[in-house]
Amino acid sequence: MVWKIFLFLLLAFVSVAGISFPIVENPTKWYEFPLIPGLEENAKIIFFHVPTAWLTVIAFLMSTLYSFKYLRKKNLDDDLKSYASAQLGMIFCILATITGSVWAKFAWGSFWNWDPRETSIFALLLIYGAWFALRSSIESEEKRATLSAVYSMIAFVTVPFFIFIMPRIMTGLHPGSADDTNAGPVVNFKMNGNMLLIFFLSLIGFTILYFWMWRVGYKSILLKDKLDKKFIRG
Amino acid sequence: MSSKSYSLFLKDLKSELRTRYAINALAMFIIVAISVIMFSVGQEKISPSLTGGLFWVVIFFTAMSGLSRAFVSEEERGTTLALQLVASPTTVFSGKLIFNIILVFAMNTVIAILYSVLFEEFIIRNFLLFLTSFVFGNIGLAISSTIIAAIIAKAGAKGTLYPVLSFPILLPLILASVQLTLFAIDGISFESAKFELAIVISYDVIMLTASYMLFDFIWKE
Amino acid sequence: MINYSLEAQQLNKSFGRRLIFNDLTFKFDKPGVYGISGPNGSGKSTLVKIIAGIIAASKGKIIHLLNGKIVTEENLHNHIGFVSPYLVLYEEFSTLENLKLFADIRGTEFNKERVDYLLNKFLLYKRKDDLLKTYSSGMKQRVKFIFALMHSPQLLILDEPTSNLDEEGKNSVYEIVKEESKTNIVIVASNERNDLELCDEIVLLEKYKS
Repeated sequence: MVWKIFLFLLLAFVSVAGISFPIVENPTKWYEFPLIPGLEENAKIIFFHVPTAWLTVIAFLMSTLYSFKYLRKKNLDDDLKSYASAQLGMIFCILATITGSVWAKFAWGSFWNWDPRETSIFALLLIYGAWFALRSSIESEEKRATLSAVYSMIAFVTVPFFIFIMPRIMTGLHPGSADDTNAGPVVNFKMNGNMLLIFFLSLIGFTILYFWMWRVGYKSILLKDKLDKKFIRG
Repeated sequence: MSSKSYSLFLKDLKSELRTRYAINALAMFIIVAISVIMFSVGQEKISPSLTGGLFWVVIFFTAMSGLSRAFVSEEERGTTLALQLVASPTTVFSGKLIFNIILVFAMNTVIAILYSVLFEEFIIRNFLLFLTSFVFGNIGLAISSTIIAAIIAKAGAKGTLYPVLSFPILLPLILASVQLTLFAIDGISFESAKFELAIVISYDVIMLTASYMLFDFIWKE
Repeated sequence: MINYSLEAQQLNKSFGRRLIFNDLTFKFDKPGVYGISGPNGSGKSTLVKIIAGIIAASKGKIIHLLNGKIVTEENLHNHIGFVSPYLVLYEEFSTLENLKLFADIRGTEFNKERVDYLLNKFLLYKRKDDLLKTYSSGMKQRVKFIFALMHSPQLLILDEPTSNLDEEGKNSVYEIVKEESKTNIVIVASNERNDLELCDEIVLLEKYKS
C-alpha cells in the first residue's frame, strides 16, 4: 500500500513538474528548465513521449518472453501474462504514436512523415493489432495460446529489421537518426540537471506503473477465468 | 530437399492442375488489380517511383489471394489428418513451401511482364539487379506467406486475417524490395544496392530458420 | 520375428483446464487385439491420436519400441496404420493415385503386390482408378483400411472401425482384425459391444478421470 502512495506522489510530481516548470534562457532557480533551441516549450513532451515509447518496447519484450515460455512449458498462465502485457503494450503504443505525432507537428511541421522510427512504431501497432485479431478468431484456449505465441515469435524476429536496419536506409527526422545534425536533447544532454532528473523520474515512475498495471491485469484475467469455470461447473 | 517433400509438392501440383482453383483465382485477381490501377490512373503520367511502388502493391495482394490455399485447402477438406499420419512437420512445410515458391515466381513473372507492357515508366535499366532482387524477394515472400498461411489455416476468419497477419511481417521485405526495384528502374549500379540486397537475403535466411523451428508447434496440436 | 511394444506411462491430457484423462498407464507388448472403451466424448479419439503421435500428451510418456529400440517421432508413421471416421483422403484423386502418393510422401516403397492383394480383399480392385469422389461412404472406409495396411505396420489403430458399415462390412473388418492380430498389435477404440468382444485386453477410460 505504501509504495502505491509513493508511486502516486512520484507521478503527480513528474506530471506537474513536467508541464508547469517554466523554460527560461538561463535557468537560475531549481524549478527552471533550460531553453533548447528548436524545441522551446515543446520540449516538455519528452517527459511523456519517451516513457510511453520505452514502455511499448518493454511490454512487447515481455509479451514475447511469456509467449516463448508458453511454447516451452504449455502453461496457460504464461499465455495470460503475455496477453496482459500485450494489452498494455497496445495502449502505450497508441499513446506513443499520438504524443510523437503531436511533437512532430510542432517540431517538424506535420503530423506524420514516415521517418524510420515513425514507421517502426506504426509497424508495432500493426503487429499488436494483428495479434489481437488472431486471438479473437480462435475459440479453443490451447490453440489460441499456441498460435498467437508462434506469431509473437515471428513478429519478434522481424523487429530487428525495423530497429537497426530501416533507419540506415531511410533518412530520418528523429533525433539520433542517420543524417541528424541537430541531435536531440537526450543524446546531447542539452538538458540540464533538473530536466534530466525529472526525465528519469518520469521514466522510473511510468515503468513502475506499468508493472503494477500488468500484475493487476493478469491477475484479474486469471480470476475471471476461474469464475467462469465455476459458473460452468454449476 | 528430401524426395518426400518433393512428392508432397507434386501432389499439390497435380491437384492444382486438375482442379485449377488457385491458378484461376490468381489470374483473375492479377487482371482485375492491374485494370483497376490502369483505370484509376487514366491518361495521367505516373512517375517511375510510383510505378515501382504499385508493382509491389499488386504483388502483395495477389500473394494474399492465392498463397494461403496450401494449408487452408487441407484444413477445409479435412485431409490434414492424413498428412499428419504420413509425414513429419519438416516434410510438410518443405513441400508446401516449394509449391508456394513456384506459385510466387509464376504470378510475379506475369505481373512483371504485364507491368512492362502496360506502364511506360516501368523500364528496367539495371536488369541484373532487378533479377537478383526478384529472385530473393520472391523467396522471402513465399516463406513468410507460407508460415502465416499455416497459422491462419488453424484459425477462423481465414480470408480477412491473412493479409492482416502477413503485412507487418512482410513490411521489411517490401520496403527493401521496393527500394531495389526503384534502383533497378533508375539504373543504379549493383554495388550501391548491396545494402538493400543484404537486407533481403538476410530476411530470407532468418525467416526460413524461424519458420522451420516454429512450424512444429503449429502442425502438431 | 518383429517385436513391437507400446507403453503408456502416467499419461495425462487436458484441453485448457478441462481434464480428459489422468495417470493412464498400460503396456501392450505382444501381438493381439487391445480395446479402448468409454462413452462418446470420453477421450478415446484423443488417446489414439496421442498414441499415433498426432497430438502431444500434457504429461507422461508414450513409448514405442521396435525390437527393443525406441522408435523416434520421425519414423513413427512407417510403423503405424490408422483408421478413423474423420480421416479424409484426397477426393480429387483415384484410389490407386491416393495410395501411391501416400507411399511417396511416407518415403516407403510402393509394394504393388501387397496393394493389389488388399484391393482384391476389399473388393475395390475393379474401381481402383475411379476418383474417390465417386465412392460411397462404405467404399471410402474400405480405402482407409488399405491406406492403413499397405505399408505393413506393426501397430494398427482403429478408431470406431465399424461405423458406417453394414453387416458384411463389419465382418470383413473383424476378419482383418483377427488376421493382423496374429503378428501385430491392433488397437480398437470403440464402445460397440461386438467390436470389444474381439479384444484380449480392454482399457476403460472411465477409470482415469480424476
